[in-house]
Amino acid sequence: MPQNLNYLRETASQTAGPYVHIGLAPGAAGFKLFEKELGQDMAGPYANGERITITGRVLDGTGSPVRDVLLETWQANAAGIYAHEEDPRHSEVEKGFSGWGRVISDFDSGEFVIKTIKPGATPGRNGATQAPHINLWIVARGINVGLNTRIYFEEDSNAHASDQIINLIEQLHRRDTLLAKKTGENTYHFDVVLQGENETVFFDV
Amino acid sequence: MTKKNTYTGEFYQRDRSMHPPAYAEIYKTSVPRSPKQALISIENSLSEITGPKFGHNDLGELDNDLIKNYAQTGDAIGERIIVHGRVLDENGRPVPNTLVEIWQANAGGRYRHKKDMYLAPIDPNFGGCGRTITDEDGYYFFRTVKPGAYPWRNWVNSWRPAHIHVSVFGTAFAQRLITQLYFEGDPLIKKCAIVNTIPDQDAIDGLIAPLDMNAGVPLDCLAYKFDIVLRGRRSTLFENRLEGN
Repeated sequence: MPQNLNYLRETASQTAGPYVHIGLAPGAAGFKLFEKELGQDMAGPYANGERITITGRVLDGTGSPVRDVLLETWQANAAGIYAHEEDPRHSEVEKGFSGWGRVISDFDSGEFVIKTIKPGATPGRNGATQAPHINLWIVARGINVGLNTRIYFEEDSNAHASDQIINLIEQLHRRDTLLAKKTGENTYHFDVVLQGENETVFFDV
Repeated sequence: MTKKNTYTGEFYQRDRSMHPPAYAEIYKTSVPRSPKQALISIENSLSEITGPKFGHNDLGELDNDLIKNYAQTGDAIGERIIVHGRVLDENGRPVPNTLVEIWQANAGGRYRHKKDMYLAPIDPNFGGCGRTITDEDGYYFFRTVKPGAYPWRNWVNSWRPAHIHVSVFGTAFAQRLITQLYFEGDPLIKKCAIVNTIPDQDAIDGLIAPLDMNAGVPLDCLAYKFDIVLRGRRSTLFENRLEGN
């Protein structure tokens, strides 16, 4: 027998279930417990850049909205800097900007609303540049492992042409599933389709 | 200056064979909520190796004490337990200063949620959520009551084993994980459709917290140990360049 590699194995994922709000957004579950609920203000008051609102729904394979979904967003600031020590420019991030948010859908309509600033282009691998995007992580009852995807912005088509991630998507029409569509001056629409026609592209990160 | 931590490279690829598949026929809600197309595998960039940070200022004093953190007229009702353990990565290294959040039903199996209509009563002194940040050794603990089993609509007579939902961040968005903790000896574990979405028995065993008599408080409460393992990272020795500079 060769030596043992001795790696531990990642803990298995389980669905967040229908009551994920109790733990991660108790206000939405109908009670107040924590002094401060986390992820309610992604950009903070001092962030530079364009203030935007993205609305949308998460749709299941039958076309119905998923009304008990929770989404987390992670993004860079308008200058393309992540508020994290492994971004070499992180000290330049505006005070109060976290870039992380928690969003839940309306229990009746399934609509979610993301209020943030539009992120800037971020560094890619080996000197490349990534088009502006918001990283998205989606959990709900019936989702066994959290789903990763990205929101890009339709007006950045030039940057998309050279984006390393978008270019990995072989079927060209599927790339459109990652685009937030402009609906007004600072507003966008972005639906996530879990299954079926126009299924959103999800990533194994 | 030489950095002590040389594990700053890419994250090891997630081993999907020990996670539940998106589509698991036995867990009916997953049927319409599972992508049919293959996930597209992407190499880590800054977008994946970074992630949100939390500090003690974000938390309140009783946030990790579910017996007290929603107490109105007295302590929460139920079997008093401590749940404790470490957050580690696949290299066996502790993950310090990371946020751990939990939520659960009360001792009767009822959630404090406007959508839960189960006939077991709400406990006026129990909220059902808690959070904490791991210490320098990756250690965390909560005090709570053991949750009850409850019925749910999957098959007509489906029951969830007693469980606590656990959410962990790690240092990077690529490590984000939500799972469930089960309790050693619970006969409902084997029968649970959600547990059985996991195709690997060792991975299921990894979600079952053993009774830990040493960590309990005599004449007060029992304890269960639950270690959580997040994805590990490569050392930087032979790394591709992750960043654009």
